[in-house]
Amino acid sequence: MVIGLEHYLTVAGVLFTLGILGIFLNRKNVIVILMCVELMLLAVNINLVAFSVYQGNVTGQVFAMLVLTVAAAEAAIGLAILVVYFRNRGTVEVEDINAMKG
Amino acid sequence: MLLQAIAFYVFAAVCVASGAMVVVSRNPVYSVLFLILAFFNAAALFVLIGAEFIAMILVIVYVGAVAVLFLFVVMMLDINMAKLKEGFLDYLPIGAMIGAALLAEILFGLGVLGGTHQGTVSAFTKAGTQILTVDNTRAIGRVLYTQYFYVFQVAGVVLLVAMIGAIVLTLRRRPGVRRQRVSDQLYRPKEESITLVKVPTRGGV
Repeated sequence: MVIGLEHYLTVAGVLFTLGILGIFLNRKNVIVILMCVELMLLAVNINLVAFSVYQGNVTGQVFAMLVLTVAAAEAAIGLAILVVYFRNRGTVEVEDINAMKG
Repeated sequence: MLLQAIAFYVFAAVCVASGAMVVVSRNPVYSVLFLILAFFNAAALFVLIGAEFIAMILVIVYVGAVAVLFLFVVMMLDINMAKLKEGFLDYLPIGAMIGAALLAEILFGLGVLGGTHQGTVSAFTKAGTQILTVDNTRAIGRVLYTQYFYVFQVAGVVLLVAMIGAIVLTLRRRPGVRRQRVSDQLYRPKEESITLVKVPTRGGV
């Protein structure tokens, strides 16, 4: 019953797949899509930390912190765009966001 | 060792289940709350593996900042949720198919489901290196402020840009609001504010 690297990688893989599945299923709701992106970034973080610990090298954890930083920045900017969009259009449906369509 | 395995399976199961609930739940508020639960359980997994610092940062940053931001936006926007959930079942077959294919690929690649790669992931594990000589936070600090110092500063710049960008995007000046502008009041010239009227005697204005 030793928990090895592949256990953590499996959990991360399942979470990543759930994130992609969520983007497919909630194609109308931008907020849930952003949440699914956060879920995928969490899966990436689990991968980085698991490899870092099992190899005895802390570099992976430093990079996990960077991923965390980028995730926070992305959430802030994304939600700000969402709030501005909702203020202008009164909806957040993905299908209505087509002003830049060529 | 058995206790650790049980804890791992419990945390991993709750993490994956709450991740699934984020995807399928009808109300986005519940989605955010399940997202918080998933982050907490991922943090517990990190503690279990010995990465305490990242676990605490995960709780502080994700649960304390990002999830609250999501909750704030979800509750602030007045969205018709039933309409947004309409096409959910339409995309379920193709989404499930692609998801299953991706998951199978990942698991075969890891050698968990069998295949030719069986057991190759374990080769990445260096035996005996799991017990670090210093504690986790100190080990991170030693490389973060020396070897990765520029990367650390770039992370700060990323956060600064995100902060300024979010403020600039959401700032608005409402046209109809009256407010006191002291500098405008002080810089008014005499000609604008005073009119001298020569009133004739007994004539009135």
